Amino acid sequence: MSIINCKSFFGCNGFKRIFSLLVGGFIALMLTTAVNAKTLRMAYDADPVSLDPHEQLSGGTLQLSHMIFDPLLRWNQDLGFDPRLAEKWERVDEKTVRFHLRKGVKFHSGNEMTALDVRWTFDRLKKSPDFKGIFAPFESLNVVNKHTIELVTKEPYPLVLHTATYIFPMDRKFYDGYDAKGRSKDAIVKHGDAFASFNASGTGPYIITKREQGVRVDFRRFADYWDKQSPGNVDQIVFTPIKQGPTRVAALLSGDVDFIAPVPPADLARIDRDANVDLVTMSGTRIITFQLNQKRRPELKDKRVRQAIVYAVNNAGIVKKIMRGFGTAAAQQSPKGYLGYDPSLKPRYDLAKAKRLMKEAGYENGFSATMMAPNNRYVNDDKIAEAVVVMLAKIKIKISLKTMPKAQYWPKFDERAADIMMIGWHSDTEDSSNFTEFLLHTPDESTGYGQYNSGNYSNARVDKLVVLNQKETDPTKRKAMLQEIERILHDEAAFVPLHWQDRAWAARKGVDIAPILNVMNFPYLGDLKMN
Amino acid sequence: MFAFFSRRLVQAVLVMLVISVIAFSIQDNLGDPLRELVGQSVSEAERQSLRNQMGLNDPFFVQYWRFFKKALLGDLGTSYFFKRPALDVILDKLPATLELVFGTTLIVILFSVPIGVFAAIYPKQWFLRLVMGMSIIGISIPVFLTAIMSIYIFSVELGWLPSFGRGETVELYGWTVGFLTRDGLMHLILPCTALSSIMLPLFIRLIRAEMMEVLESEYIRFAWAKGLTRRRIWFLHALKNTLLPVITVGGLQIGTLIAFTILTETVFQWPGMGFLFLEAVNRVDTPLIVAYLIVVGLIFVIANTIVDLIYGLVNPTVRLARSHPEGE
Repeated sequence: MSIINCKSFFGCNGFKRIFSLLVGGFIALMLTTAVNAKTLRMAYDADPVSLDPHEQLSGGTLQLSHMIFDPLLRWNQDLGFDPRLAEKWERVDEKTVRFHLRKGVKFHSGNEMTALDVRWTFDRLKKSPDFKGIFAPFESLNVVNKHTIELVTKEPYPLVLHTATYIFPMDRKFYDGYDAKGRSKDAIVKHGDAFASFNASGTGPYIITKREQGVRVDFRRFADYWDKQSPGNVDQIVFTPIKQGPTRVAALLSGDVDFIAPVPPADLARIDRDANVDLVTMSGTRIITFQLNQKRRPELKDKRVRQAIVYAVNNAGIVKKIMRGFGTAAAQQSPKGYLGYDPSLKPRYDLAKAKRLMKEAGYENGFSATMMAPNNRYVNDDKIAEAVVVMLAKIKIKISLKTMPKAQYWPKFDERAADIMMIGWHSDTEDSSNFTEFLLHTPDESTGYGQYNSGNYSNARVDKLVVLNQKETDPTKRKAMLQEIERILHDEAAFVPLHWQDRAWAARKGVDIAPILNVMNFPYLGDLKMN
Repeated sequence: MFAFFSRRLVQAVLVMLVISVIAFSIQDNLGDPLRELVGQSVSEAERQSLRNQMGLNDPFFVQYWRFFKKALLGDLGTSYFFKRPALDVILDKLPATLELVFGTTLIVILFSVPIGVFAAIYPKQWFLRLVMGMSIIGISIPVFLTAIMSIYIFSVELGWLPSFGRGETVELYGWTVGFLTRDGLMHLILPCTALSSIMLPLFIRLIRAEMMEVLESEYIRFAWAKGLTRRRIWFLHALKNTLLPVITVGGLQIGTLIAFTILTETVFQWPGMGFLFLEAVNRVDTPLIVAYLIVVGLIFVIANTIVDLIYGLVNPTVRLARSHPEGE
């Protein structure tokens, strides 16, 4: 409050002091009436695309879903599950899991949430272009009674609970019928206006009161929210997208907003130093890699050449210098905490060994290759690519690099337009298998496996394990399979692992964000406490 | 006058037609809009079927013809991101951008004319020389740097001004207006100053140079000899002739100003058209990109028309209706 605070810059005189006392008293009087209403002003880099939780599978959609909807169960900070709309669950047989729903839960419209709403939501998910892939292993959702449902899979499936975190029950009656233009209210429309894209009724802690897309979204706490135990005390949220990192940081430091994410790595030190602001960082789950195309470049078929490349890339150095410590150097796809994570696999930078391997493979004099990377998709993506070019020059691999915005990069990636291509991956299921399914399984159009395997890497054992582990419901056996995959990929140097990107959030002191954050980046704002 | 306006109208239609063809033909190089519409794990087959549904696999001319037919009826397509008619989205953001441009123009006029004139009259005065020196710096520093520096100085360090956004706005004849509230005005100061940091030095230098030249001319010497007052000579006779080339340059600079709103709005998260455009490019929101280019094309034509009209007022020898005024 700059009117009251007397900046030494101006100097103070008596009149000013009296005036500011008067103004301060008046403002304080006005504030006391509303002192209990707490408003959180937050800024992210982008605002949600749509209010329809099934329209687009993205971090933004899921963040919003956790505000206006509630899932059956949700991830906690230790990568376990917390009950939400499902109070408890048990496995009935190897293909069936039964969920007991919470009773007396109300939607924003006032309707009561029942098993029928959950089934309706499940059927809608199966129709969504973005979500149907995740729900492909499921046969059906059966209603046992008003508050009990069963999820049935086609084959024994280990990730039933993982997938249930994607079921955010929607208000079946609210989305029933037709809108003013005669279109079905439950239609999932990617472009063009649809009822569900602009209207929502969930069971979540917040209701949207005003939304100006790209400018701000206002939320109000849902008075009949079922979770009375929640420590959350925020009554209103004003959400503003701020695209530019420096502006977002400035908005926090100047007190214009209370909570920001993501924090750009360049500003981490500054925010950490600031006494009025708290910084929370977590090691992330998105792995950044380079894929080596064996089809385009025969040299890369040789295991020793691929190994030489991995040995030549100082990924710990990249994390330290380019990422400013904002990441964890990787030697495998699975981050710590995932089932397939093998602690014995360590980053292996060793230039002498890399040169030796190149010599053994008969490429002592190196070769030339092309490389492509996006320049606005991952943190410092283009700088990382430039650093790798320099590192590979030391084993005489001459790289011609091209970087481009992500919008142009993805079509190039689909074309497999370069010998070495960058890709980052976050597992939608928070499970190790998903990485290999998409990135390193032999490309197979009929199953969709290997859709992002631009290196054309193929290993029969890996393919077999990818299929087998998805039918294995015993976690110990599954763990062994997933770790075996990681070890094979490591030994064969199937890809060049770089690092897992960290996540960072910052808030002004008094906004207690640490307990509500998690590595999935779904802040559970319903439970946020602030003074 | 009628001939002048009808010629301008034809010009506007032609400009917009050409822009729409160019915008349409570059859209293939902007990237794949589908990538921005679906999640990473959606299969290629699923994406192809969506692409077919949206008509993105049709040949160029089929797509253009479809666009053209709708455009004639005032429908420039539906934005992928906003899911609303692209023209509506842009018109919603227009007031914010116009406000920014208006504020900047005001700053430029209020400061450049007196400073430029006095710098010409008193070329040796130390303060004016300091201003001229600083104007070189102003021209050389990129707008986004000026913007970020001013945010850090005035919002973060001093805490005087808000760091982003437009603040409180009021509804006025269906437009949202920010300069009627104190909060809205506070939010305008930094973006307008940052945006004028390029234009202001340019105009100060231009006015100074023109004024110096005019002050050397015959008719001014004659006016001195005649014994007219200093104020009359400087501010009536000399200034009027100084402003002629300034108006011409000003008209051309409106384009530059619009281009720089893109940067300024992005840094300040200003909810205007420029920021909208940059985001549309990032998201490959092609209908919105095409609509933006067409609207900006129209703004150019309108701005140039206004400049020509003003020119006619300042210089009565220019006759708008004739194509070769000096020949007849």
